[in-house]
Amino acid sequence: MVLLYIILIPMFGALLSWLASARNIALCRWIALVSLLCGLLLVTVLWVSNAADPTPAGHWMYNWQQPWIPHFGISLHLAMDGLSLVMLALTFFLGALSVLISWREIKFKIGFFHFNLLFVIAGIAGVFLTMDLFLFYFFWEVMLIPMYFLIGIWGHERREYAAYKFFIFTQAGGLLMLLAILGLYFIHGANTGVYTFDYFYLLNTPMERAVAQWLMLGFLVAFVVKLPAIPFHTWLPDAHTEAPTAGSVVLAGLLLKTGAYGILRFVLPLFPAASHDFAPWAMLLGVAGILYGGQLAYSQPDLKRLIAYTSVSHMGFVLLGAFAFNELAYKGVVMQMIAHGISTGALFMIAGALYERMHTRELSRMGGLWPAMPAMGTVTMIFVMASLGLPGLGNFVAEFMILLGSWQANHIMTILATIGLVIATVYSLRIMQKVFFGQSERQYALPDLGLREWLIMAPLVVVILWLGVYPQTVLGTITNYELRITTFSAPHVPQAESSGRVVPVSDSSFVINHAP
Amino acid sequence: MTFEDLLSLGPLFNICGAAVLCMLLVAIWRNHRLIYYVTLVAFALALMSVVPVATLLPHTIAPLIVIDMFALFNSGAIVGSGLIIVLLSYNYFEEREERKEEYYLLLLLATAGALVLVISRHFMSFFLGLEMLSISLYGLIAYLRARQRSDEAGIKYLILAALSSAFLLFGMALVYGFTGHMDFPGIGAYLRQAGTFPLPVIAGFGLMLIGIGFKLGIVPFHMWAPDIYEGAPLPVAAFVATISKGGVLVVLIRFYQDIDGRNYTMLWWILAITAIASMFVGNLLALTQQNIKRMLAYSSIAHLGYLLVAFLSDTQSGLEAIAFYLTAYFPTSIGAFGVLIVMSSSVQDAETVEDYRGLFWRYPWVALVFTVMLLSLAGIPLTAGFIGKFYIVMAGVDGHHWFLLLMLVINSVIGLYYYMRVVAMMFRTTDTSQRIFIKPSLPLAGNITLGLIVMLLVGLGVYPTAMMQLIQQMMTLIK
Repeated sequence: MVLLYIILIPMFGALLSWLASARNIALCRWIALVSLLCGLLLVTVLWVSNAADPTPAGHWMYNWQQPWIPHFGISLHLAMDGLSLVMLALTFFLGALSVLISWREIKFKIGFFHFNLLFVIAGIAGVFLTMDLFLFYFFWEVMLIPMYFLIGIWGHERREYAAYKFFIFTQAGGLLMLLAILGLYFIHGANTGVYTFDYFYLLNTPMERAVAQWLMLGFLVAFVVKLPAIPFHTWLPDAHTEAPTAGSVVLAGLLLKTGAYGILRFVLPLFPAASHDFAPWAMLLGVAGILYGGQLAYSQPDLKRLIAYTSVSHMGFVLLGAFAFNELAYKGVVMQMIAHGISTGALFMIAGALYERMHTRELSRMGGLWPAMPAMGTVTMIFVMASLGLPGLGNFVAEFMILLGSWQANHIMTILATIGLVIATVYSLRIMQKVFFGQSERQYALPDLGLREWLIMAPLVVVILWLGVYPQTVLGTITNYELRITTFSAPHVPQAESSGRVVPVSDSSFVINHAP
Repeated sequence: MTFEDLLSLGPLFNICGAAVLCMLLVAIWRNHRLIYYVTLVAFALALMSVVPVATLLPHTIAPLIVIDMFALFNSGAIVGSGLIIVLLSYNYFEEREERKEEYYLLLLLATAGALVLVISRHFMSFFLGLEMLSISLYGLIAYLRARQRSDEAGIKYLILAALSSAFLLFGMALVYGFTGHMDFPGIGAYLRQAGTFPLPVIAGFGLMLIGIGFKLGIVPFHMWAPDIYEGAPLPVAAFVATISKGGVLVVLIRFYQDIDGRNYTMLWWILAITAIASMFVGNLLALTQQNIKRMLAYSSIAHLGYLLVAFLSDTQSGLEAIAFYLTAYFPTSIGAFGVLIVMSSSVQDAETVEDYRGLFWRYPWVALVFTVMLLSLAGIPLTAGFIGKFYIVMAGVDGHHWFLLLMLVINSVIGLYYYMRVVAMMFRTTDTSQRIFIKPSLPLAGNITLGLIVMLLVGLGVYPTAMMQLIQQMMTLIK
């Protein structure tokens, strides 16, 4: 039940804050903030209570199932393991910060804004928790509409175009995934007689290689669109740039991670053989993303657009690591998801703060801001360094582990990806140089970080440092997951009494061929 | 005629009786409100009379009529939709200058026609029902005859519908001439026995398909739809979009089943091509429409294409998918027109996309309702439309028609674009002070009806199980 609460808390928060906005704007903001903090608290409690006892491999901390549409074998099935837990913590952490960051930025229709923001968070939490493929698709779509509104209503000048593009791209990918889900459902049903959308049953679906490849591609398209990987990345710069700060933070920090999560949770375990066949291509896409994204990032005149393209580059590492098929790379991928969420989220918040002060995102109109805003400069420096992969900060750990892991799988790709780190240094330093150093032509007198902004930035700095210095916090939690990469075993699903056609199956395991 | 016969025709008798009553009332005392209530009560009674019929099924009144679960379910859907349309009609017509009373009379007759269609299993009853529907629609479409586009639409529909009926009739004659049967099972039995497919029968089926295709508004017989939707009074457009098409689709399904359509690959391919063409033409043409009525017209062409995909899967789940999709599509479509109705003033219909600019900031309630309708049409989760589309995809996968499904997916994406365009327009925040907007009538009854429809759609989207169970029980055709 506790898993259901994790999804329901932001949903009710969304409704309440919308209702409250009719009477009191401040109350509406507070409700949104408090409900997300409650979620964060709940997740933290779960984390702490589970960190204490050593857990065996393939252990699911929580599992909850209720029949929903038994006719189709669909159930409300939520389950949580280390990966979900870590992602949920990130979700609520960044979610709460996005409410804070919008405190002054959003000036109209505040109630509706917070409704959408919290609803996106609820959808994302659902995606990270659900173990029923239909429900997964459902939450996948639930994230969409509120995000569309966030970009389309509160965004910058070209918001409608960007919102459209985002919506159509993601929806197209999602529908292909739906087809693949249904294909899997029917193949599983035809082969085993059990028609169910339940993840744990579908895990070991026997099928022909060619079929598996097609289905795998169906899933993969949806996830790489969201990730995004070349050539499906074109929605991202528009959406990130035009979205309000909170929207960009949620997009970069959380929505992209749902794509990565989908690959880890669904594509690889459901189609181990097919993914393994496809791995070189996926790694190639990843490397192409790293290099091309980095190069595009370097040439952007617009600060938010620049940061957006760095996401393309960083997410390339995710694709590279996910298809390397070894523990090290997987751990690196999860670390990368978290670290990128924090660092890019922070950079977007800084870009938002700059926009609030200067009303421009043009790099050419900035410069020499350090004397005016030393504190903000320092914070920016930290996250720029994180973005370029400085040891001691979270991203370094992540990228290092991914590269180590992928070296075992593919030498050439890894060498190419390493070049990406150099590009990352170049574009990251360009941010510092263009914004904070150089000549200040206009002699801006700008206020430095205020109390609220300190409240936002301080936790982010702490977390990114913590991740860099003591990554074991995350790595220790996801151990369970990593073990199941090699040996997938279904948990002991307590059978719902009336879950339609679903019949109990015994534990079963499957071993991936390791890359040599 | 036995008592059981009478009882099993309850919905039809209620509607027909009310039509007679309305005619008399118009002669004695012309009063809009009175006629409205009589019609409303008639529809409510008809809906209630659906329930007891369930105990008698399946019931045949040879040779014309068959009442099985399938027919009963569709009767219920038709009467229910009719009820919603009537609820939305009062204010719309009250505000307009023409004599209002005959509208209800024609609406009752048209509904009766549709009810005959869903229980017919014979060319006679089929044609009778179809003509009853069509002829009432001539009057309904041109009802606001003082308005320019209304009589244009009426004449257009009159000519085209008459022409298509002629095709249908000629096709029936050919089929009858060669098979010697006018009842569907008889034709099916003859074809099975003969083993071959004589040319005149093929020609007959082809001609019938033209007639049916016209009524369904599928490509290439769709040309009338946008003009009729644009010109007809809004409640009538809702009627054409839902009840009229649904009734004919039911006959098509029954006919296809009775003649074992699955055995004739050519027939399947013709329908498949029609389905693909309907999806593409409907969606692509809807993209550029500035008039919401026309957009809805093209979108309904596309939706018929989706329904044909389920139809062509030729499985039990396909039948269930059609039933569920119609259950979702009827209220959604009527609701979309309902929004147009409550947003219209007595002088002007709110029909261009521009009329809805920034609606959310002016009338948040109506905008939210409209958003739900559009999202349901687009098939976004949490709405009935999503489950409906999901059901269709399930049926397609079940029948292994991957190509059709791919077309459906592509079209769903195209469809998203124009539905979202309207949604985006409603949430647009640009300065709206310079424009003079239509002052909407926003009648209370209309708003309540819309609220109920929204509840129904979201309810079906979140908890479809109950409806699915009902449909599973109901989707048995008599053999």
